[in-house]
Amino acid sequence: MNKVNLNIKQRKIISDKIFKIGVTTAGAYVLIVVVLIAFQLVSESYPVWEEEGLSFITKTDWNAVEGRESFGALPYILGTLTTSAIAMMIGVPLSIGIAMFISDAPPKIGAPLGFLVELLAAVPSVIYGLWGLYVFRIYFRDWFETPLHDAFGDNIWLFSGNPYGLDILTASVILAIMIIPTVSAVSREIMKAVPQQQKEAAYMLGATKWEMFKLAIFPYSKTGLIGASILGLGRAVGETMAVTMLIGNATGLGAIPSSLFGPSQTMSSIIANEFVEASPASIHMPALIGIGLILLLIAIVINVVAHLLVTRMLKIKEGAINN
Amino acid sequence: MNDIQTRRQEYRLLFKQNVAKRLLVDKIVRIIVFSCVIIAIIPLGSILVEVFKNGITAISIEFLTETPGSIGSGEGGIGPAIQGTLIIIGLSSLIGVPIGVMSGIFLSEYGDNKLARSVRFFNDVFMEFPSIILGIFAFLIIVLVLGHFSVWAGAFALSLIMFPIVARTTEESLKMVPTTYREAGTALGLKKWIITFRIVISAAKSGMITGILLSVSRIGGETAPLIMTILGSSQFFSSMDTPMDALPLRIWRLSLLPYDSAQLQGWGAALVLIMIILGINLGVRYYFSNKKNLLFGKFIKQRSNAIK
Repeated sequence: MNKVNLNIKQRKIISDKIFKIGVTTAGAYVLIVVVLIAFQLVSESYPVWEEEGLSFITKTDWNAVEGRESFGALPYILGTLTTSAIAMMIGVPLSIGIAMFISDAPPKIGAPLGFLVELLAAVPSVIYGLWGLYVFRIYFRDWFETPLHDAFGDNIWLFSGNPYGLDILTASVILAIMIIPTVSAVSREIMKAVPQQQKEAAYMLGATKWEMFKLAIFPYSKTGLIGASILGLGRAVGETMAVTMLIGNATGLGAIPSSLFGPSQTMSSIIANEFVEASPASIHMPALIGIGLILLLIAIVINVVAHLLVTRMLKIKEGAINN
Repeated sequence: MNDIQTRRQEYRLLFKQNVAKRLLVDKIVRIIVFSCVIIAIIPLGSILVEVFKNGITAISIEFLTETPGSIGSGEGGIGPAIQGTLIIIGLSSLIGVPIGVMSGIFLSEYGDNKLARSVRFFNDVFMEFPSIILGIFAFLIIVLVLGHFSVWAGAFALSLIMFPIVARTTEESLKMVPTTYREAGTALGLKKWIITFRIVISAAKSGMITGILLSVSRIGGETAPLIMTILGSSQFFSSMDTPMDALPLRIWRLSLLPYDSAQLQGWGAALVLIMIILGINLGVRYYFSNKKNLLFGKFIKQRSNAIK
């Protein structure tokens, strides 16, 4: 009698143990993959670090011709930073405006509008590229870039160069559109996390709606909103296809951003453009993988910071509700 | 008397001016905020209109089923690309969904320790990794090792995008299942894994299916990791070890060609792709949001938190 019971108990423990080990392995898969990716990128890009040293980051030439190989990543780092910065300047204020509207509008209006904005995230990057290439670029060039160039082109370096539509500004605007769903959705959650009492207190002091935002919501949700914007920055930095199709794809010195209307290249676009043609035997492919490594490091830093800020903010919310 | 009256009038005037100014500022901000929403929706409208307007003229039976004709001729179709997209979605789900679901079970059922917290955090960070890096990774560990472009490499790269999404949505929907369900199972003397599969998962099914379908619609449009893994081809699928075509890749290649006919075909392919992706996306949201399922209503909110 006793023996049978013990058997059942043991069997139960064993099958549950196997189950636990199985799901734990699946859970740890993400950690394994992250480590493997970092390891692979470091070891496969090793030749370029050996050849160029740290000057790989600061050099500007890009020459894949056999015997004259020389690779520098600086133009593409700068290209990524410039396009992302401009995209943030356009996209973040818009997103925060959208979040303000939707967090405050009655659900009957807010929900469908929020849904429409979120649909922007479902459109594939390559379709943004196609639309940007054949539709947006033309209007943007004729109605925005050319007038600006005609007005200021001779005096301000920012607007010099010949507006052709395949340039830093066009790519940045498309990037801005692409980060709007992320930033606005997270900002909306953050704004909703502000305790109701804070808002009511502001209204009781006689504040208008705008003053309520200024008094109650913004001071309270500042870190969260910054986190949301950084999350958008992470998106912008890694975005590949739409940028590749619109940025003009210059290489070497020509890719250093000099004017809004000049072509450039980002880290992800040069990988997309050249990776397949690069020979694994030469140093060209390690150089591209090296750029991938830099991109990965930037993306990790950005995303870790953003997630820490956002989750901390949302945790405060849970604490506030429990109190 | 007169003095007091004039003073009162002055006060009233001051008060009115002050409030009027504040109300005006408020109104201006309202207009700005509303125009932000409009500005953001214009591109979406324009994309949908242009894709439908330009794409619909390209669509025909031949266009959907034939292989691409010679470059610039405007003949042929995107058959291999449609087939390839379906194959790659199927294969990456084959790898990504089980891992994602298991990982979600881990996070929800055993998720109260240090390992789980770091897994959750890295899941969230990993979700935002530039997808092109996952392409490079798949290239390095599969294509470079095998020595040829391979469908498995593409499926592996896409499964890496897929599994964190599935894991987090699974976790959120399993957490929605009341603890009492699990306790009931334990009281019956069931083993934990049977409780999980038979009771918890079947209660959380709809949420998990949504998560899986949304991750499918996400990877269906991915292009960057496919460039260095399945490469693109103009033939129908022949084996796992040769290049294959996919819709996003085809759109990209067509957009690089300087011919009007290629442009038209690009719009046609974009229409097919957007129909697949928005179809899944809208269909899932509509179907499940109409179900009035309390469990699920809560889930949608949680999911939108999780995905960000």
